[in-house]
Amino acid sequence: MPSVTYVSYDGKSTTLDVPVGTSVMQAAVLHGVDGIVAECGGSCMCATCHVFVREEYLSKLPEMELGEDAMLDGAASPRRPNSRLSCQLVMTPAMDGLVVDMPETQT
Amino acid sequence: MPSGSMSGAGVVVVGAGHGGFQLAASLRQHGYDGSVTLIGDEPSLPYQRPPLSKDYLNGKISLDLLLMRPEAFFNEHRIELVTGRAVAEIDRAGKAVVLSSKARIEYDHLVLATGARNRVLPLPGIELDGVCYLRNLAETEDLKERLATAQHCVVIGAGFIGLEFAAIARGKGKPVHIVELVDRVMARVVCPDTSAHFADAHRATGVEFSFGARVERLGGDGGRVTHVALQDGRSLPADLVIVSIGVMPNEELAAAAGLAVENGIVVSEYLLTADPNISAIGDCASFPSRHSLKNPVRLEAVQNATDHARCVADRLMGKGGPYSALPWFWSEQGAQRLQIAGLTTGYQQVVLRGDCEKGEYSAFCYAGDKLLGIESINKPADHAFARRLLAAGRGVTPQEAADMSFDLRAAAMARPN
Repeated sequence: MPSVTYVSYDGKSTTLDVPVGTSVMQAAVLHGVDGIVAECGGSCMCATCHVFVREEYLSKLPEMELGEDAMLDGAASPRRPNSRLSCQLVMTPAMDGLVVDMPETQT
Repeated sequence: MPSGSMSGAGVVVVGAGHGGFQLAASLRQHGYDGSVTLIGDEPSLPYQRPPLSKDYLNGKISLDLLLMRPEAFFNEHRIELVTGRAVAEIDRAGKAVVLSSKARIEYDHLVLATGARNRVLPLPGIELDGVCYLRNLAETEDLKERLATAQHCVVIGAGFIGLEFAAIARGKGKPVHIVELVDRVMARVVCPDTSAHFADAHRATGVEFSFGARVERLGGDGGRVTHVALQDGRSLPADLVIVSIGVMPNEELAAAAGLAVENGIVVSEYLLTADPNISAIGDCASFPSRHSLKNPVRLEAVQNATDHARCVADRLMGKGGPYSALPWFWSEQGAQRLQIAGLTTGYQQVVLRGDCEKGEYSAFCYAGDKLLGIESINKPADHAFARRLLAAGRGVTPQEAADMSFDLRAAAMARPN
């Protein structure tokens, strides 16, 4: 099963096995990883599951749709070039090993 | 009032919905080290409500994905979770709540996050089997099972819940007839243009509407609902009836304890009742909003519940300011998305911006030149910008909104003055 590593703002890292088809946000919430709020439950409506994706994995992610792009502009922690909403990152085998850094705040 | 230091009885939260859960989580996040007790009257772990009428009813997500957090979270964060228990009474003098089991739980500070309950129509036949509601998990499980075999669905009330249900039922090929008292959908929350767009979208998928129609009674056979009789004499066949005519605040506990209630538990801009040891948040709270033309308001929304919770948690940690968050709402109905930023009640003028033909536009609602709120239809970018603009108290004039060459993004992203 592919794995994802979540690195909190204070540097604590948590690695989870995430089934293909599950989103990076869903896995974090299921395991109680702090730093992902996911207020809207994964509807791409709230930008509280914001993550920074480590450079080497960016090309392996699903393309960003307009809705996600727009919501990122409204994220509580300023957007960076490697910003994504983790509810839109649905696991594929190619994403194995993915490392995401959590922003300082989601709200 | 409790603070970051150790205190005796700690914080007790009545209601384990979005607001109650967030309050407990925020206290721990901010390092509160007193005890935190979260009391819910449903048997399950705290769960998210919005997906109930969307992905969960549709069978797209399982129960574990509905939960706010796994069970371990509550242990790790020392949140004492009491499920399946109703609070019978607040003993303000003794600073304790009394459960229906007579057990007493003392508090330093009490937060009422009791939510709201379905409004029930006092109609003949309302008790028939097959008459359903869609607010909590148990109701949704029941509805999901019934929907699988339903032949004719009738929805009473064309609000968010009724329309979200209709979209899912149509997706499963079920005939759906929506009966609405007034002349348009979501009349209480959106402008007529938005209502028209959504009604057309639902009609295009085969939903039938009866507007300006009043239900007279529900008819049945052997205790099961078989039809819905309207006052105009029509009879609609129905083996599944969804009653979605809104909710009422759960304010009785507060009222019985002598706290003021009027369409919700009355609180100040700090979300505090007249008792300095009792706050109220979320769907059950009637509060003054700086974003509303008319006050107080009572809002039924996840954003409202969670932002209320954060505000009260901050106050309990000694960092309190008045509640000022911008209200926002969303609904997903089949392929259609509606996102609302701000409170549009009292608008006098609507400016449409975008591609109305294609169904991708926003409705800017004004009172005079004051921008009250923006309804975005399949236009998430506008919604993101709307939230930034309104939260910062920055306006966009009606002329600017109507001018497609006006750069909404630049206006939203501009640094505050």
